[in-house]
Amino acid sequence: MEAIWQGVKAAVHLLFSGDPETWRITFLTLRVSGLATLISVLLGVPAGVLLALTRFPGRRVLISLVNTGMALPPVVVGLWVSIFLWRSGPLGFLQLMYTPAAMVIAQTVIAAPVIAGFTLAGIGQLDPQLAMQLTALGASRWQLYRLLVREARLSILAAVIAGFGAVVSEVGASTMVGGNIPGQTRVLTTATVMEVSKGNYNLAIGISIVLLLLAYAVTLSLTLLQQRGRQPWVMR
Amino acid sequence: MRRLVLLLVVAVLMAGCGGKPSNVDVILATTTSTQDSGLLDVLVPLFEKQSGYRVKTIAVGTGQALAMGEKGEADVLLVHAPADEKKLVDAGFAIERKLVAHNDFVIVGPKNDPALVKGTKAAADAMKKIAGAQVPFISRGDDSGTHKKELSLWKAAGVKNEGKWYQQTGQGMGQTLNVANEKNGYTLTDRATYLTVRKNLSLEIVLEGDASLLNIYHVMLVNPARYSKVNAEGARAFHGFLLSTEGQGAIGKLGADKYGQPLFFADGGKTEEQLTAIK
Repeated sequence: MEAIWQGVKAAVHLLFSGDPETWRITFLTLRVSGLATLISVLLGVPAGVLLALTRFPGRRVLISLVNTGMALPPVVVGLWVSIFLWRSGPLGFLQLMYTPAAMVIAQTVIAAPVIAGFTLAGIGQLDPQLAMQLTALGASRWQLYRLLVREARLSILAAVIAGFGAVVSEVGASTMVGGNIPGQTRVLTTATVMEVSKGNYNLAIGISIVLLLLAYAVTLSLTLLQQRGRQPWVMR
Repeated sequence: MRRLVLLLVVAVLMAGCGGKPSNVDVILATTTSTQDSGLLDVLVPLFEKQSGYRVKTIAVGTGQALAMGEKGEADVLLVHAPADEKKLVDAGFAIERKLVAHNDFVIVGPKNDPALVKGTKAAADAMKKIAGAQVPFISRGDDSGTHKKELSLWKAAGVKNEGKWYQQTGQGMGQTLNVANEKNGYTLTDRATYLTVRKNLSLEIVLEGDASLLNIYHVMLVNPARYSKVNAEGARAFHGFLLSTEGQGAIGKLGADKYGQPLFFADGGKTEEQLTAIK
C-alpha cells in the first residue's frame, strides 16, 4: 500500500511541479497517438462503411481480415514496421526509424483495423430499410453514406475511443520502432517500462497515473461528443 | 481520394518534424546496463551539448546491439561482450574498438543463501553449488553481455543449466533482478545495475571479486565502408567523446556520491590485457 501512496504522491509532483520532461512525454504521447487515431479514422471509417454497404466477391474474406486485424499484437506490428523502416529495409531511405513518425505509422496499423471493424459493425446494425428509404427519397450514393455514418455516429465514436485506447496503451510497437529515446520518442508507456526496470517504482506508478488521467481526459471528451444532444432513454 | 492520400503524407511528415537534417542523428546501440544505471543520462546530454549531434540511444541486450551493428542499423556501439565484439571486428563490420570502462559482475542471491554460496571464491564453484542445490537461478536469457558471461560460467563449472530451477526472463537486468527478488533466486548481475536498483531488493551479493567476473565495456564504430548509410562522422564524434578527458571524468564520477562507490571505472587509453593483469 505504501508503494501506491508514494506513487500517487509522485504523480501529483510530476503534474504540478511543472517538470518539463513529464510534460514533453505526455504531449508526445498525445501527439503520436492522437495523430495515429486521426489517420486511422480517415482510413478505417470509409473502409468500414464500404465493407458494410457494398457487395463484392471476397468481401467476407476481407471482413475476416479486418476482424483479425482488430486483435493485432503490437509487438508483431512493431517488428514488421521495423523491417520496412530499417536502413536495410525497402523504406529505409525515408530515415523514419526511431522517430515519432515511425510510431505514428505503427500505431496507425494497430488502430485502423479496430476503427474499421467497429464502424462495419455499427453500420451493419442499422435497419436495412433505412438505406432503401433514403435511396427511394433520391439520396445519391455519397449522401447515403454520409447519412448512414451520421446515423451510426454512436458506434463510430465508440470505434474512435477503442482505437485511441488501443494505441495510447501499447508499448511493444512504440519501443521497437521508436526506441524510447529521451526527448525524442519516449512516451508514457515506454517510460513506465523503463522506470520499472530502473527500480524507480514510485516514478513508474506516477507516470502510469499520468497516463490514466490522459486516457480518461481524451475518452471523456469523446464521450461527451458522443452523447451530445441525446435524451436519456427513460423506461415507462 | 487523392486529397486524402496527400493529407496522410503531410500528416506523417509533420509528425517527423522537429527533426534537423538526418546526419545530426547518431544511433547508439548499447546494453540495458548503461541505461538502467543512469550512465547515459549523464553522458548523452553532455555530448549533445558539446557537439550539436543528437543521440538516438537504443538500449537493448548486447547481443541485439551487436546484431544492429552487423546489419548497419546503428552507427556506434557501446557493449560488453569482448569475445563477440572481436568477431564483429574481425569480420569487418566494426572498427576502432576501444576500451571505455569496466566494473564487475557479482552473483547475488537471497539473504539466507540457501545454496551456501557465501565464502566461495571462484564463480564457477558458486554456479556448481547453485545447480547442486537446485535453488532458482534467474537468467537474463536474452543473449546480452551478462547472459553470455553467465553461460561461460556454467561452461567453466561443467554443470548443465537445465531444469526447473533454471529460469530465463528474456528481459533487461533491472527486470531480471526484480524477478530474482520475487522468486528468492540467484542471478548474475553487473554491479552498476545492482547498486542502482538495490533499494527495492532483498538480494545480497554472495560472491564478488573473482577475476572471471570482470565486466568490460568497449566502444566501436560500425564500419562506414561497409554501410554507406552509417553516420560515420557523428559516430566518430561520440566515440571520441567517450574517450576524452571530459567523457572519462563523467564515467568515473557516476554514483560515487550516491552509492559510496563509483558504478564504473574509466579505462580510456588502456588495453584489455592491462586490465586483466591488474585484477
